[in-house]
Amino acid sequence: MSHSAYEPASAPGVPVLEVEDLSVEFRTPKGVVRAVNGISYEVDPGETVAILGESGSGKSVSVQAVMGILDSPPGFVTGGRVLFEGRDLLTASAEEQRAVRGPGISMIFQDALSSLNPVFTVGYQIGEMFRAHRGASRKEAKAAAIELLDRVRIPAARERVNAYPHQFSGGMRQRVMIAMALALDPKLLIADEPTTALDVTVQAQIMELLKDLQRDTGMGLLLITHDLGVVNEVADRVLVMYAGNVVETGTVDEVFTDPSHPYTEGLMASVPAVEDKGKRLHPIVGTPPDLSHIPSGCSFHPRCPRRVLEGAPPGRNCRDDVPLLLPVGSVGRASACHYREEVLRVRSTGPA
Amino acid sequence: MTERPQTDRATGLADADRGPEAPQTERAEATLEAEVAGSPAIEEASLWSDAWRSLRKNPFFLVGALLLAVFLVMAALPQLFTDADPRACDLARSAQGPSAAAWFGYDVQGCDYYANVVYGARVSVTIGFIAMLGTLAIGVVVGALAGYHGGWVDSVLARVADIFYGLPLILGAFILLSVLPERGVLEVALALIVFGWMTSMRLVRSTVVSVKEADYVQAARALGAPTRRILVRHILPNAIAPVLVYSTIYIGTLIAAEATLTFLGIGLQLPEISWGLQINSAQNRLRDAAHLIFFPSAFLSLTVLSFILIGDALRDALDPKLR
Amino acid sequence: MGRYIARRLLLTIPVLIGASFLIFAMVYALPGDPIRALAGDRPLSEAVQAQLRAEYNLDDPLYLQYVKYAGGLLQGDFGTDFSGRPVLDTIEQRLPVTAKLALAAIVFEALIGLTAGILAGIRRGSFFDNLVLVTTTLLVSVPVFVLGFVAQYVFGLRLGLFPTSGISDGWYSYVLPGLVLASLSLAYVARLTRTSLAENLRQDYVRTARAKGLKPSVIIGKHTLRNSLIPVVTYIGADIGTLMAGAIVTETIFNIPGLGRAVYDSVLRQEGAVVVGIVTLFVFFYIFFNLVVDILYALLDPRIRYD
Repeated sequence: MSHSAYEPASAPGVPVLEVEDLSVEFRTPKGVVRAVNGISYEVDPGETVAILGESGSGKSVSVQAVMGILDSPPGFVTGGRVLFEGRDLLTASAEEQRAVRGPGISMIFQDALSSLNPVFTVGYQIGEMFRAHRGASRKEAKAAAIELLDRVRIPAARERVNAYPHQFSGGMRQRVMIAMALALDPKLLIADEPTTALDVTVQAQIMELLKDLQRDTGMGLLLITHDLGVVNEVADRVLVMYAGNVVETGTVDEVFTDPSHPYTEGLMASVPAVEDKGKRLHPIVGTPPDLSHIPSGCSFHPRCPRRVLEGAPPGRNCRDDVPLLLPVGSVGRASACHYREEVLRVRSTGPA
Repeated sequence: MTERPQTDRATGLADADRGPEAPQTERAEATLEAEVAGSPAIEEASLWSDAWRSLRKNPFFLVGALLLAVFLVMAALPQLFTDADPRACDLARSAQGPSAAAWFGYDVQGCDYYANVVYGARVSVTIGFIAMLGTLAIGVVVGALAGYHGGWVDSVLARVADIFYGLPLILGAFILLSVLPERGVLEVALALIVFGWMTSMRLVRSTVVSVKEADYVQAARALGAPTRRILVRHILPNAIAPVLVYSTIYIGTLIAAEATLTFLGIGLQLPEISWGLQINSAQNRLRDAAHLIFFPSAFLSLTVLSFILIGDALRDALDPKLR
Repeated sequence: MGRYIARRLLLTIPVLIGASFLIFAMVYALPGDPIRALAGDRPLSEAVQAQLRAEYNLDDPLYLQYVKYAGGLLQGDFGTDFSGRPVLDTIEQRLPVTAKLALAAIVFEALIGLTAGILAGIRRGSFFDNLVLVTTTLLVSVPVFVLGFVAQYVFGLRLGLFPTSGISDGWYSYVLPGLVLASLSLAYVARLTRTSLAENLRQDYVRTARAKGLKPSVIIGKHTLRNSLIPVVTYIGADIGTLMAGAIVTETIFNIPGLGRAVYDSVLRQEGAVVVGIVTLFVFFYIFFNLVVDILYALLDPRIRYD
């Protein structure tokens, strides 16, 4: 399709995105909240990485920091590097960062209705990408917008390009957002809960669209979600986040079939299966912690059925010692649990 | 009891096979639940207690409340502020400026100006409150009826409000007062009520419309409660908050409106003691006796200011988005 | 869009009829003698009273009175004063003056209010923001006539920067009165713009605009400004009523020979018919301008057009 003015080297093997030890904190009148606590991951070209976690796990904040759209104040990046095709975005100038957003990295959000400006047509908002980044004229921008609407499978694109966001259904609006994000052929698309607000059938369509587009363009896809089903369907690798930390990472198959962290175990166990009809449900006990009062040691320990407190081996007391994200099992897997090996080997009982 | 399941696991972690452990898992779950439930309860947070807490700390609110208190007392008990008689006048002292004997000097008739300004608080505050209560009463009744019944009742009442909206407050009051034979406190208040009730009505109507869909209202209806009871016991207590806030702020507007009408000659008439009249009498003496305009203007502005400060602070305190 | 305009026009007509009927009812239908009400304390001979009764159709049934009254209004009959001069004459003579004053006020209101509001809104919590907040609070608390005297005293008498009365200095005479007239509205416009802008900057679509790599000036200028103007435009419409009432006050203080001054003088001279006539005209202007504002609002916010 159209060629970006920004043509970096995306040789195979060089990750599109490398996040190293990223930390974000919020300075509020009530105190400092550590929203993201030194997380690291990579996204390769053509790969789909899912960041899985509950509300308050820090997943959205971390990608906002990557994108450079963190509300600052009160949010501040307090450490780490974000390497986009080898260049650290966090130390780049504001101009350079802006040049990356759109042509380099793009983002779509959960609620397309509130994320699109209600007083401009969708054609205008999509065309804005071309006018702002490539100096296109209004006519050129509009033509490009029509092409994009076609690409995201919105019927009657030529007419719909003059419509306003509130005149589309939820699923169509999300397609508009995708069209806007894909306008300049970004190397990485970040999708922050893109299907949470949609019906299940529409969800499936949108995810399928994203996968197809990814296959066509070879872009990386960073998917933020709390929906296990979506991760299973679409993602290659998964990062499980809890209370601002990555607690487990690996391929989706590995992590979902054989979790090596009690939190992931709990997530898998909480999904009801048809065979369990009539039996008790097993949610994870308790609620995620208030990020201004993160528990000591392992932040999951108050809710962990496998925690070891009294009589623990030195350095592996769940209340006193912070577990590091270390390799476990096959290559590429890691878990932040003192007992990662045991969790991997010994499945906790309860509904499988 | 609490520790045993975990210790079992700790020592048993070396075992390869665990076998079905449903009872222990359930016990563990139950224990964890108990622990979590015992954690300190979330603080009671209701809209009003939160609002009060932030109001208490807001300096603008405190200043406004203080000013208001002063003027309320001044209106009720002017004798507390001055011994002088506002009507004890001596033409020899006409338009003299402020001095140690008379803090605000004397007016054109030679009356103690401080006493006159102090006594002037009464009519303004009175009219403000009467007019506010009137607009509130009409607004609540009409708005509740329109909001609750909907349908043609609502349409008719909304049209009526639209028509009254066609006459802005001061202009409408102007016409009404120009044809009334008497122009006393009640007449001025009435004119303000007749042309000021619409916004209260709209506020009440919209909150009633949103409250009436609530479950507890449906329940009351299902139990056969008559309309009036539903309105009074269930809907109104919950719908009244926004209009109360608005009415408090509106008193300031009403006081300013009354002063404007009186200044223009169509409001209160002599020999009433009113800031508007004082300013009107003083307008030709701007060059040589500016104090005649200054003092009642200052008191009037401070009174309106107090309502604005309180109103602003209330609005900020009750707006969840700003917290 | 055309359908929206047509609908608004149709809705305005009952409001016009209703408002004129309300005025009619106040003057002619309340208990008491309308002639007395309009004349005040002025002594009237029997003959004059009889003549007036015939002129105002006071012996007709009420509904017929209204029909004749409304018909008269449509033909430009806004009543006559007690020397027989039609109010329409006064209107024709003085309307241009008041129009100039109102125009000056609206220009000041829009320019100063919007600028202050925008600058305060994009820098919430800054010194300028607080300055705007304090200034507008004071402006809103001080009634227009008080402000008028203060301005006249400080800028006119003491500093001698502006003429204190009359319109003999051409356009310059309208500056100080225009500012005074605009003061209250200006304060509200600034506050409304400030709040509206600050709120809009927090919206999700602003986050999207930043994620699209748009320049900050474009984000504020294009994306938030239009949305922020919507409540301000609505306010300006409702405010025109206050502006006209304020014109009465301002023209009185600054001795400007417009319609507002005519109202004040007529009150003094107990010319009830003139008062009612001019204020009726004001009311019609008010309703008309609100219609214009409604249409402007639809131009700014496409969500309204398609209801």
